[in-house]
Amino acid sequence: MSVRVTMTLNGKEVSAEVEDRTLLVSMLREKLGMTGTHVGCDTSQCGACVVHVDGRSVKSCTVLAAQCDGASVTTIEGLAKGNTLHPMQEAFRDNHGLQCGFCTPGMVMSALDLVARNPDPSEHEIREWLEGNLCRCTGYHNIVKSIKAGAQAMRGGK
Amino acid sequence: MADTGIGAAVRRTEDLRFLTGKGRYTDDINRPGQLYAYILRSSVPHATIRSIDTAAAVAAPGVVAVYTGADMAGAGVNGLPCGWQVHSKDGEPMKEPAHPPLAVGKVRHVGDPVAVVIAESYAQAREAADAIALDLEELPAVADTRAASASGAPQLFDEVPGNLCYDWEIGDKAVNDAAFAKAAHVAKLDLVNNRLVPNAMEPRCYIGDYDPTRGEYTLYTSTQNPHVIRLLMGAFVLGIPENKLRVVGPDVGGGFGSKIYHYAEEAIVTWSAGQLGRAVKWTAERSESFMSDAHGRDHVTHVELALDADGVFLAMRVSTLANMGAYLSTFAPCVPTYLYATLLAGCYRTPTVYCNVKAVFTNTVPVDAYRGAGRPEATYLIERIVDVAADETGIDPAELRRRNFIPKDAFPYQTPVALVYDIGDYDQTLDAALAAIDYQGFEARRAEAAKRGRYRGIGISTYIEACGIAPSNVVGSLGARAGLYEAAQVRVHPTGSVSVYTGSHSHGQGHETTFAQLVSDTFGIPFESVEIVHGDTDKVLFGMGTYGSRSLAVGGTAIVKAMNKVIEKARKAAAHILEASEADVEFADGQFRVKGTDRAMSFGEVALAAYVPHKYPLDELEPGLDETAFYDPKNFTFPAGCHVAEVEIDPDTGVVTLVNFAAADDVGRVINPMIVEGQVHGGVAQGVGQALLESCVYDAQGQLVTGSYMDYCMPRADNLPPVSVSTHVTLCPHNDLGVKGCGEVGAIGSPPAVMNAVVDALSALGVKHVEMPATPQRVWQAIRDAKGAAAA
Repeated sequence: MSVRVTMTLNGKEVSAEVEDRTLLVSMLREKLGMTGTHVGCDTSQCGACVVHVDGRSVKSCTVLAAQCDGASVTTIEGLAKGNTLHPMQEAFRDNHGLQCGFCTPGMVMSALDLVARNPDPSEHEIREWLEGNLCRCTGYHNIVKSIKAGAQAMRGGK
Repeated sequence: MADTGIGAAVRRTEDLRFLTGKGRYTDDINRPGQLYAYILRSSVPHATIRSIDTAAAVAAPGVVAVYTGADMAGAGVNGLPCGWQVHSKDGEPMKEPAHPPLAVGKVRHVGDPVAVVIAESYAQAREAADAIALDLEELPAVADTRAASASGAPQLFDEVPGNLCYDWEIGDKAVNDAAFAKAAHVAKLDLVNNRLVPNAMEPRCYIGDYDPTRGEYTLYTSTQNPHVIRLLMGAFVLGIPENKLRVVGPDVGGGFGSKIYHYAEEAIVTWSAGQLGRAVKWTAERSESFMSDAHGRDHVTHVELALDADGVFLAMRVSTLANMGAYLSTFAPCVPTYLYATLLAGCYRTPTVYCNVKAVFTNTVPVDAYRGAGRPEATYLIERIVDVAADETGIDPAELRRRNFIPKDAFPYQTPVALVYDIGDYDQTLDAALAAIDYQGFEARRAEAAKRGRYRGIGISTYIEACGIAPSNVVGSLGARAGLYEAAQVRVHPTGSVSVYTGSHSHGQGHETTFAQLVSDTFGIPFESVEIVHGDTDKVLFGMGTYGSRSLAVGGTAIVKAMNKVIEKARKAAAHILEASEADVEFADGQFRVKGTDRAMSFGEVALAAYVPHKYPLDELEPGLDETAFYDPKNFTFPAGCHVAEVEIDPDTGVVTLVNFAAADDVGRVINPMIVEGQVHGGVAQGVGQALLESCVYDAQGQLVTGSYMDYCMPRADNLPPVSVSTHVTLCPHNDLGVKGCGEVGAIGSPPAVMNAVVDALSALGVKHVEMPATPQRVWQAIRDAKGAAAA
């Protein structure tokens, strides 16, 4: 059975006809062409697919698109304002918080939810928070550094 | 120029697209009319295929085609080739059984591809696969490396008795035995180098496309070396000439070796696209990655080290069983031989080394090079046996290493296992790492931990590796079936911007930044004026790709050679235009200048003159400024260094916490220190993963136990401490840049450091060795056994 799902995606209303079993990540990638959100596993472990639904981070591989009918969804594509990166994106760039880039969208989206809940996370809190995000390239060292710097920039410090 | 030139920590060009969701990985690409493939795989480790009935699947909704191994073989598709031939010590070539893309006659591991279903949607293909009636007659299986070589073990191939692929040796056994006979002390150890699953975060993905009007195929592939795939698949598997086959490796989400090889699914989608005249896409699910990406390591080894009364190493002998898996992956045979045993001298003056390697087939996923490839296995056994010797002789582990180092004035140094080390300074990196971790202060920290009821240990690893592969003449004589040079084309455009086409491939390494720094620095032009192009056989003339930390040492040097040709041609043009003799024109800071005068032309002005040749020496020079170079390295490069780890162990739970880690690496000249540090961080995390967390487990029946992230323990952010990294440069003397390579040092140096720390923490209890990974269960058991032994 197919269903029509309408949502606010990165501030714009979008709508698509999808099978009822369609996952949010599949709708984003295949129906809406938003390929910034990645699929890295099939057991909800890796976090490459993290997006925000109504302001909270979720693994879009584990949410049905139909559950998001009427919701506001933000993906990595929705963070920068034109050519100006979000401070968290900028921090990842400044601190070499990414290498191959595949886990990066999920890392950034997850980091933003952490900072929304805890504007000044400690290194330990960041490492614990990232339990649901895997990265194989960076050894996390520079991701942790990036999130600390991004949080600081978002607090208005430098 | 200084802020973007050689040595500057330039922010990466590629990050803008990756951080905004604009990266273009293979699965982000869709072709018009694209179909989707699902691969039916064997769920059993070993069986004869009695029959495959695909009729119901063919009739399922949306299905366009179902193909089996018989279909592909019947159409003339060949097996997947192996790129390296090793000979046994009796001179016989290795056993090289056929490896069809879809199984023919038998399945030999869980995950062995049996059939492909191609449908309008992935869901339809996947559902239809359930309707395939696969009748298998199960056979006894063997997954364990030791068990495969035991008499009476199940046989994978009729033509491979004893599952023995080859029985290879290096070193003079008689000389070695004689040295052992004179030893004052012999340290001995049995160890396992655990099987790992590489786990690049981007699952493998391929799209085959075919244009029937031109007879042209395109393969989009998550690969580390598009030209190698074109050569292997085109020439050996499908019979498609290069001019009719384009291979594109777009943004690739990590490789670590696992995306070097030519995989069955690449051939399946390309061939299917040709059959159907439509694009066919296949994307691995992670559970498929676990059962089909080439695995790494899996050695079982016995090592002995002979020392004299002063702790000087006299000889080392090693015997290793190496698991090849069920078939030979592209470079599998060279990993436990030429990338392993040739490194067994380590950083030491050990005068004689003998090594015997038996490679065996098992009912497991094929094993091939994974980050470090042979060198981590060599380093692990060397650095463990050195620590065993230190423990048994009572010599401090740092002192024992120092006593046996090849001194820095002894280079070039001929090792007893074929390699000639070009340069190094092992004391320097040892000193730096010991200082960074405060080695002197360790006993106080151990005592403090003991008060808290924790066992604290420290472990040293001094490593060397050979990378920048490789001199083609040398590897050719050792069985490589390809050259290992690199190609580069430097195209200067009329207004002075530059496009560089490199055969190296970036899948996280940041070549678009590092290579641009190199070009900008050399030509004296803005960093932003340089574009680095890679990953497309239609754009880049040729290439051998990226693996073995070779990109800068080989690919970068090829760029330098091409740039030198550009400069020489431009100097001739400039001399003509400036009305000076060529010898009087020098090039520096982006200016061609007549020596001792103010007459000069900028790089851009000469470029324009080459394309608008109105006042140009057309009798002597062609117009245009576009040069190509192939660079074949003169030797391997030899990064080396020292890693030190400090752990604490909770005796009640066996949990090992890595509390401190210092790396001091000599990777030669550093172009971008930010990127080099990042490479070391990542490598260390993978090495720590091997030491403490990761292990690919098969059960006794050959079933894959660790088939997902629920079962295979990947390192997470909270498993790792901050890592201290420093670089200490000795310049590689045989390439223009003085570079060595930094991609693998972390994964090579760190496992023995961690394991030596674990054993050190437990040594007061009498523990002599702990196998990797040092899981809580294994450590708890070691503590319990040691305490039991002490009480008995």
